[in-house]
Amino acid sequence: MRMTGAQALIKMLEIEGTEVIFGYPGAANAPIYDALSRSRKIRHILPRSEQAAAHEASGYALMSGKVGVCMSTSGPGATNLVTGIANAYADSVPMVALTGQVATGMIGRDVFQEVDITGATAPFCKHSYLVKDASLLPQIIKDAFYIASTGRKGPVLIDIPIDVSTAEFEFVDPQPVSIRGYKPTVKGHNLQVRKVREALSASKKPLIIAGGGVGGAKKILSEFSSKYSIPVVTTLMGINHTAVCGGLLLGMIGTHGKGVANRAVRECDLLIVLGARLGDRAYTAVHSQKLDAVIVHIDIDPAEIGKNVGTHIPVVGDVGGILKQIMRQEIDCDLDMNRAWAESLVSQKGGREYKTCADTVNPKLAISVLSQLTYGEAVVATEVGQNQIWAANHYDISCGGSFVTSGGLGTMGFGLPAAIGAKVAAPHKTVVAIEGDGSFQMSLSELATIKQWDIPVKIMLFNNQRLGMVRELQRTGYRSNYFAVHLDGSPDFVKLAGAYGIEARRVSSNDELEDAIKKLLEGDKPYLLEVMVGCDEGTL
Amino acid sequence: MAKHILSVLTENKAGVLSRISGLFSRRGFNIDSLAVGTTEDDSVSRMTIVVDGDEYIVEQVSKQLNKLIDVIKIKRLGSGDTVSRELALIKVAADSETRSNIIQIVDIFRAKIVDVSHETLTIEMTGSSDKQKAIFDLLSPFGIREMVKTGMVSIQRGSNIITK
Repeated sequence: MRMTGAQALIKMLEIEGTEVIFGYPGAANAPIYDALSRSRKIRHILPRSEQAAAHEASGYALMSGKVGVCMSTSGPGATNLVTGIANAYADSVPMVALTGQVATGMIGRDVFQEVDITGATAPFCKHSYLVKDASLLPQIIKDAFYIASTGRKGPVLIDIPIDVSTAEFEFVDPQPVSIRGYKPTVKGHNLQVRKVREALSASKKPLIIAGGGVGGAKKILSEFSSKYSIPVVTTLMGINHTAVCGGLLLGMIGTHGKGVANRAVRECDLLIVLGARLGDRAYTAVHSQKLDAVIVHIDIDPAEIGKNVGTHIPVVGDVGGILKQIMRQEIDCDLDMNRAWAESLVSQKGGREYKTCADTVNPKLAISVLSQLTYGEAVVATEVGQNQIWAANHYDISCGGSFVTSGGLGTMGFGLPAAIGAKVAAPHKTVVAIEGDGSFQMSLSELATIKQWDIPVKIMLFNNQRLGMVRELQRTGYRSNYFAVHLDGSPDFVKLAGAYGIEARRVSSNDELEDAIKKLLEGDKPYLLEVMVGCDEGTL
Repeated sequence: MAKHILSVLTENKAGVLSRISGLFSRRGFNIDSLAVGTTEDDSVSRMTIVVDGDEYIVEQVSKQLNKLIDVIKIKRLGSGDTVSRELALIKVAADSETRSNIIQIVDIFRAKIVDVSHETLTIEMTGSSDKQKAIFDLLSPFGIREMVKTGMVSIQRGSNIITK
């Protein structure tokens, strides 16, 4: 069948199961929009900036497990996607980013709205294509979705010059994917798997660190940890996958982690790292001292193994598959010993106490109340900064809940669009965007997206009129030389929400919390709850 | 730090070289030399990359290169079982007095003179880095006007090949 490049692109997106595109039109992608307008299968959501489009695609992908698709025009449209693409790369989010490009004959001449976007994104794209021939598009789209969603997932960018979009050609179905330079290892090496069993059998104090790479394997993780009574600690990106571990879960590790979780890392004699990078904030900043523990590192990306921490038993492959391989044979381990070790740690978890202050709200209590009122079942999407850590440590996520956050890159302005993307992926779930007044102002234009496309996201906005985490850093590391951390000039957020036709309320005491949060959660409509927080409130 | 030779098979496509060289700079790896050309299969390029670094660096370089979709295969070549060559073109100042001395040196090294002018001789020299250095040192006193090198290309000895 004869069709244009743009029509072939839309057809291929439909074949790949794309339900929604978060995109922004312009001159260079106008032919694609023309074709998209005729699609009956793909919904288009217009955000208020391309950066939000990329974050929304990430939120959608993290929630649905599918590939998130975002689109922009050439030049500034494409560069606005960049932060979102880098964020997706850092957190291994499956994404396909489509950018318009100037006509092939114009490339390299610095014409209007031209940038080398494949060059600009090369350091943080899993792969990218600059399409020079429309007939190659079907195969490229198919390959791009495969690359984005397999192995260590990540963003793939496809840059499409306008003449490629308009060129007519005879559409031929693409071949099954076969990329000779891309064959991710899925199954664990049997010898390495046996070594893990032996290490487990020799261990008296085993511990699991679960990271974002656990992904779809959370049930297997819970089966594994409970079968051998292995306590579990999580990274920031692992929170989304570890609620299923129930009583064996000790909490988050790292600079902003829980004491008992970090203690467990120091005291264990076998550390089983599952799909985690052991990045500086999570691991090396806290645990730089030499550990005596045997370190098992299971990861689908061989480049992560041994990169940050020396590993004794590396196993490359899919976490879920490898855990199954390990459990396939009986392991002679001292379950009583493991149980005693796990119980001693769990008993140190301790309860939480929330202090009250006169005319501000304790944000940790607010998160805790949110947690109780949603039974931990909500989708929580956070910004970056204190709000993120408050949510990570005080939202008691249950098996039905989700935690969407920007872990690796730490992107302010991620939370609100990510919440929108998550709500699009899971319209029947309660989605709460946890915001700080700094981050919120990087993406607040998305209130219009919420309104226009009727995406009822709940917003809990912590307002301390400061960039709280940076201010805290200035207090501890720079002798309280507070500079450039005051957010004077911020609008009245309740009125602002009102201007968008979104109901809102402000609370400034702990007593009002329960009532206000109930109101926030009421009905499937957007709502903004502004929570006033003292400027000296700490992250931990 | 030790030098390591990596032989890298890649897709012969636009942009591959920039992906590879970009990876080196952004991850803080040092390239000593990089030579690239097509192979017996013209859809495949082969790069010989000489890396400066310790074991950790070389392992990281290999793993990170392997993550590039356009990289098909990487093989570390040991110096013992590898034949390595580089080609240099050296333009040396030469007048009627010095010309014959230079020609003698060129003969000893089995190099070739590929161009001659009233003031210069251009020498083509193929060999290992050591041999290159030796001729360079001997020619230096005459005045080296210009030099260009290809970077090292390497292949395994014997019947071993790198399969795609």
